[in-house]
Amino acid sequence: MSNQIIQGILLGGYYALIACGLSFMFSVMRIINLAHGSLAVFSAYALWWLASRYHVSPFVGLLIVLPLMAAIGWALQRFLLERSARGGALLPILTTFGLAIVIDNLLFEQFGADTRSLAPYIGSLSYDSWEWPGSIYVGKLAVMMFATAIVLLGGLQLFLTHTRLGRSIRATSEDPDTAGLVGVDARRANAIAAAIAMVTVGLAGAFLGMRATFDPYAGAPQLLFAFEAAVIGGAGSLWGTLIGGIVLALAQTLGAQVHPQGFLIGGHAVFLVVLFVRLSASGLGLRDLLRLGKTS
Amino acid sequence: MSTLATMPVIERGTATSRIAAMAVALIIALLAIAPQFLSAGSVDRMTALFIYVILAAMWNALAGFGGLVSVGQQVFFGLGAYFAIRLADAGLNPFLALFASGLVVGVVSIPLSLFMLRLRNGEFAIGMWVIAALTHLLVNLDRLVQGETGTSLISLNVYDAGTRRATIYWLALASMTALLAILFGLLRGSTGAAIRAIRDNEDAAASVGVRVTGTKRLLFVLAAFGIGIAGALWLATSITFQPKTYFNVQWTAYMIFMVLVGGIGTFEGAILGALVFFLIETWFGGTGVWYLVGLGATAVVFSLFLPRGLWGTIEERFGLRLLPVGYRVRLAAADDDVTPSPQQTTMHQEKA
Repeated sequence: MSNQIIQGILLGGYYALIACGLSFMFSVMRIINLAHGSLAVFSAYALWWLASRYHVSPFVGLLIVLPLMAAIGWALQRFLLERSARGGALLPILTTFGLAIVIDNLLFEQFGADTRSLAPYIGSLSYDSWEWPGSIYVGKLAVMMFATAIVLLGGLQLFLTHTRLGRSIRATSEDPDTAGLVGVDARRANAIAAAIAMVTVGLAGAFLGMRATFDPYAGAPQLLFAFEAAVIGGAGSLWGTLIGGIVLALAQTLGAQVHPQGFLIGGHAVFLVVLFVRLSASGLGLRDLLRLGKTS
Repeated sequence: MSTLATMPVIERGTATSRIAAMAVALIIALLAIAPQFLSAGSVDRMTALFIYVILAAMWNALAGFGGLVSVGQQVFFGLGAYFAIRLADAGLNPFLALFASGLVVGVVSIPLSLFMLRLRNGEFAIGMWVIAALTHLLVNLDRLVQGETGTSLISLNVYDAGTRRATIYWLALASMTALLAILFGLLRGSTGAAIRAIRDNEDAAASVGVRVTGTKRLLFVLAAFGIGIAGALWLATSITFQPKTYFNVQWTAYMIFMVLVGGIGTFEGAILGALVFFLIETWFGGTGVWYLVGLGATAVVFSLFLPRGLWGTIEERFGLRLLPVGYRVRLAAADDDVTPSPQQTTMHQEKA
């Protein structure tokens, strides 16, 4: 059982990775990007395409894909989200949902229905493991994923609190108009925040491809996982996302123990239970619970 | 006379809208006798159109009037079909089961609304999606459904194909008419003013004493009931029930497309959107993936550049109102000698 718990905790690292971009964008721009999962799958396909066509290792491929994702994030904010956010809080939901449909079906058109994986292109890393005391085997990839999540969350935290740019992003998220008065360019801050969020999405997509298989329509479940992890853990800091990811993964692991089809059910159920308890205990809107980056 | 001339006149309809009302009655009457003249294939297509109108109108009721954008409405579509299967399996007449199923879905949505309506905007949108995903998984566990293999509404097979087709057509037409009438009555009645106040500004509506949550719950339950009926009707036309097709997010994508294109928050817009969608599907549905890419792209373009949709734009441009659910204030309308000044025409801009 302790073996499963450890695997669950490590899987939580992946959920934290995919969730942090979603909650980062939400906390800065108040937009939930419904194309979040589809963009992660896009990143996985980009890496797969580089690897299968040009024999570029996915780790090297990230040097190309991550800047591309940053550019996509910047463009997304400038040309789509900025415009639709002016039409109220509901329009960005519709815009990003439409975008998700476009991305999913273009991927299907381009790459077909076959499931793909990056595992064949990363050598033995996909199955190598360390043996820990008590004959517990932990995959090297899973540990790497978890470590990446910690480094990424910690890095974001430091960036937001200790750099000028990070502070201007936080100021924009608090109150764009007042931030503008003191000389912060809100448009620029939002575009940069979107670019950063998409880099984390690109990384999450890479790990999705390495640890499992994906297909053109894999974006929707990734979006749900990201949302669930962000909500479960989003109690006020980026680290909450990590805890949320771990709780989600443990619930899924437990669910799989109970019933063969219980993996996803366990995850969704724990999400709803946490939500229910939170909403009835606090009386706060979920908006307040999801806020991040306000740690100082 | 002079005081009368400056008195604002409050209109609830126009000459056009009275003609439109008669036209609607005529169209419904024509549609009711249409199966006599249409081929079997056309009857099936028309049934699909009625179901699309229901879906669009119900999603519009929720999003356009209640300000609740959900990407999980497929949960009610799937449950509508599932409960119909369950009720028919328990021995209920299959046609009766379709309506009973809609009622059950409506009842199920009441406790769900207590919980979900506390979420706002994006959280509500994805929260509903999680509900849909979870419900799909739970329905899969039912022995009767046999997981993704699915099952069928076998008891419909006792009717011969012709009777079945015509009956489902009439049921779909009747459901569509009834649901649209309920929605129209709701929007035109006293609840309608509350609904539009919430749509325009929720906090301001609450501050003047509008029961925001109660009104939203009403729309949520109505939408669940209507979409449940639509799911049950779809099951009746296709007979087979595979959870994956019914709990597919594609259904919500269709609803969003229809309402965005037709005109979110306008009663006529949803119907127009369903018609547009129906025609696009008829012409381009065969192109598969590109058709879906086109639907998504159109939704993005409309949300960015024409957020009021086709009908909203027409209404704004020409002051046209066919099925008016709102009030319209006209100044000095009683005095025929007064030529309308530009200022007076701006008074027409009240939104329905």
